[in-house]
Amino acid sequence: MILDVFSLAALLATLAALPRLVFGPSAEDRIIAAQLAGTGTVATLILLGVASGTPALYDVALVFAALAAVAGLAFVALRGGRT
Amino acid sequence: MSAFFSILGIGLIATGVGFLALAALGLWRLPDLLSRLHVLTKADTAGLSLIALGAACLTGTRAEILPLMLCVLLIAISGATVGQLIARSVTPRGGRS
Repeated sequence: MILDVFSLAALLATLAALPRLVFGPSAEDRIIAAQLAGTGTVATLILLGVASGTPALYDVALVFAALAAVAGLAFVALRGGRT
Repeated sequence: MSAFFSILGIGLIATGVGFLALAALGLWRLPDLLSRLHVLTKADTAGLSLIALGAACLTGTRAEILPLMLCVLLIAISGATVGQLIARSVTPRGGRS
């Protein structure tokens, strides 16, 4: 099925951000790589929900979206940068 | 009509996965932080929105479309806000030119 191929491609795009997450030169590089990983996880879960016909995975994707929204804001807030 | 929505959903999902792959490639290859931030905040949101739109075309009922819309709304708002805040925190003079 072609949707399985698409979900695998979304998972590979998520994993491709991981070298930047580990070896990123600065902390900002790491946090934007983490943001791409969060979005890619949401996309992968949505595609898996479509491919396997289980719409409960959309709710799991919603939880991941809420967590990814908190992570970046907490980074900027706790870093104490200029406003 | 159902076949039309099926083909439209597959096409939208393919385009969205392409945008996601482009965002990952840009994050991997671009030289500095601001250009990475630039490619991430656009291609990321566009990819997820297209994927969720295609998934909404492929699944039927309204109760399944509502979590997809909420996902897109959360990711769009948080992606734009975090991109703006990070760019402002690394720019000299606080980003006010």
